[in-house]
Amino acid sequence: MAQKTVLHASHLAAGAKMVDFFGWEMPINYGSQIEEHHAVRQDAGMFDVSHMTIVDLTGANTRNFLRFLVANDVAKLTVPGKALYTGMLNEQGGVIDDLIVYFLQEDFFRLVVNSATREKDLAHISAQAKAFDVTVTERPEFAMIAVQGPNAKAKVATLLTAEQQAAVAGMKPFFGVQAGDLFIATTGYTGEDGYEIALPNEQAAALWAQLVGAGVKPCGLGARDTLRLEAGMNLYGQDMDETVSPLAANMGWTIAWEPSERNFIGRAALEQAKATGTEKLVGLVMEQKGVLRHGQRVVTPAGEGVITSGTFSPTLGFSIAMARVPAATTDTAEVDIRGKMVAVKVVKPAFVRAGKKLV
Amino acid sequence: MSNIPANLKYASSHEWLRADGDGVYTVGITEHAQELLGDMVFVELPEVGDTVSQGDDCAVAESVKAASDIYAPVSGEVVAVNDALSDSPELVNSSPYEDGWMFKIKIADEAELSALLDAAGYQGVIDEA
Repeated sequence: MAQKTVLHASHLAAGAKMVDFFGWEMPINYGSQIEEHHAVRQDAGMFDVSHMTIVDLTGANTRNFLRFLVANDVAKLTVPGKALYTGMLNEQGGVIDDLIVYFLQEDFFRLVVNSATREKDLAHISAQAKAFDVTVTERPEFAMIAVQGPNAKAKVATLLTAEQQAAVAGMKPFFGVQAGDLFIATTGYTGEDGYEIALPNEQAAALWAQLVGAGVKPCGLGARDTLRLEAGMNLYGQDMDETVSPLAANMGWTIAWEPSERNFIGRAALEQAKATGTEKLVGLVMEQKGVLRHGQRVVTPAGEGVITSGTFSPTLGFSIAMARVPAATTDTAEVDIRGKMVAVKVVKPAFVRAGKKLV
Repeated sequence: MSNIPANLKYASSHEWLRADGDGVYTVGITEHAQELLGDMVFVELPEVGDTVSQGDDCAVAESVKAASDIYAPVSGEVVAVNDALSDSPELVNSSPYEDGWMFKIKIADEAELSALLDAAGYQGVIDEA
């Protein structure tokens, strides 16, 4: 039996086409994926992300635990509410998952991890937490709605109480705050402004309906994928996994090498990988007809690589991709598209952010 | 339920065929097929003058989801292609049986038509899938 979020009935009522997403029955689109994509770039759209896993960590030693558990350094989180994107690595320096960690109180941090990796993440976190006497609590009683787009915050504001509006006023990117029943965070997976809102399951359908009333367009996983790819954001399981170093997945910026005496899981392997060199994750742009797709072969003078994620970019009007290629790759490559070699440009893996074209 | 017009012939690979007279047949993909593929982003069509055999892959429909080959439902010569699709591939989604047509074939052998399905037969193909 597929799992369903508490918004399942809302999706069906809105005419969603449902698909299986790692055991969850989720909306892929509500008609047109491209229209949903444009709504987020130009106005406001929302995604049911209740399938994602919220894990609360509590205990006096939680900060020290996280400094060991993940590759980025939660010592950077000095202001309550501040969030950090990081990889959680294995001893071999591969990526078990990518996640966001929120610093709420000195003895209370919150993680949001991927749903497809839920079981192995919980097992790993719980096993590692024992030595630190940290309590690991999954929060399945929360639903989560991501409201994204240049007008997202203003539309959400029309539904908030005065206290909640005050709580989120002036909140910088990558912060989260508990405001009444809503945990409101300035995070997202689209490259646009907006919120991710966690709230009790029983309130989710009502908020979803209110957001529709406020002019926020329901968007499915299809648009979520094209938006995150335009923004150059990795998808776990596709752009990286346990066999891939974060150094080969454009996640070098999430590794906190300093202070050098901080030991974290995977550090030794990462230092080794850095010394010997790894492949790199780049962006590809193809302005002629056709669509770059996951798994296609990339040929460069420095050797071969592979497309990890590819799509048609609705904002740019041509195809873009992320590809793992040899480190010496420069600014051109060829892609094997169904037997035909097509020239592509190699760019940094970020194509559209905040409505602006970067390529 | 997908719309499957009764006046058309169908291939199990989800193309439809409409008789225009004088042995010319218009070809497109069905409403069911465009639903499966999702928003169309490019349609690669054959050249006018190409000779195709029944079952040849002769066009490609690229949607947000996948690239899908389009097969010639009958053998013959391509006598027209729908140039509007190069600027407006979404016509395949919005009007699969009319504005979203793909190409026209001057049929080489009318006997091949017997290999195609009627609307009820095509409905059966969808139901089995």
